[in-house]
Amino acid sequence: MAQEKFPVEASHIMMFARSIGDGNPIYYDDEYAQGTEAGGIIAPPTFAQASAQFDPNHGLRPKIDGDGWFGSGGSPTGAKPRAPSAGGGGRSGGGGGGGGLHAEQRFIYHRHMRPGDVLTSSTRPGNTWEKQGRRSGKLVFSESVTEYRDQDGELVVTAIGVGVRTERPVDQG
Amino acid sequence: MALRATELSVGDTHSERLVEDLKRTQIVMYAGASGDYNPVHTDEVFTTEVAGYPSVFAHGMLTMGMTGKMLTNYVGDGRLTEYGVRFTNQVFPGDTLDATATVTAVQGGIVELDVSTINQNGVEVLKGSAKARVD
Repeated sequence: MAQEKFPVEASHIMMFARSIGDGNPIYYDDEYAQGTEAGGIIAPPTFAQASAQFDPNHGLRPKIDGDGWFGSGGSPTGAKPRAPSAGGGGRSGGGGGGGGLHAEQRFIYHRHMRPGDVLTSSTRPGNTWEKQGRRSGKLVFSESVTEYRDQDGELVVTAIGVGVRTERPVDQG
Repeated sequence: MALRATELSVGDTHSERLVEDLKRTQIVMYAGASGDYNPVHTDEVFTTEVAGYPSVFAHGMLTMGMTGKMLTNYVGDGRLTEYGVRFTNQVFPGDTLDATATVTAVQGGIVELDVSTINQNGVEVLKGSAKARVD
């Protein structure tokens, strides 16, 4: 399936850690990090998700020269979400569209990512199953498995995502 | 700052408040950092008029990321070997989230944890498990 390069960079790790409200200096202070067991800056546990930034066909990012983004301008555009890219399910959990939601996510850490790693990911589809939901009608689940390998071909992180498409928006309350 | 197997018992817990009154801006920060720009997280007009939800809502992965902070604070940096969750309810702006890890097993240098995050109404928004290396 899709192959792409995911360069792991210190400033990206810092921004990602800020966005999840984690002020741990292991994510931005190299001097501090060198004195820890990790021996240097590492990425937070869910950082593999940010590999979507490097997917050229990521369906949940407006195209620079494209039209048809489904978010609103002055008012709703009526555009349809682009289909998720072939390998996109591992990161977006299949939530690649207006009616899709992320149901489950699991990471297996063979080691933790570091700035300077250049990861290559490959994604394969996993199981699919259906369920009748109480609050959103028929639910269609689809799993995908993404392996992130480093510049030496060693497995770094395995990500298993499950996306769900709902028949209608989830009832609140 | 890693955990010691000899000091852990099944049933031990560690809890942290993840966020109080979740701000829309934090959701925007997560969209920018992660690259998930699905408008249901940041675009109120789209989300209420087209998608059919009462307001924008947080990425499940933002809740997983914030819950991960609680885990790494507990088990130590670089110690997790596995972390998996189900997103059981949506998280909306204004929510206050608390996360708890509970020890379910300690063996072979690994601690196994149940993970749960609840909102201000006591509703579970994330449920999962994790494994980490201990000394």
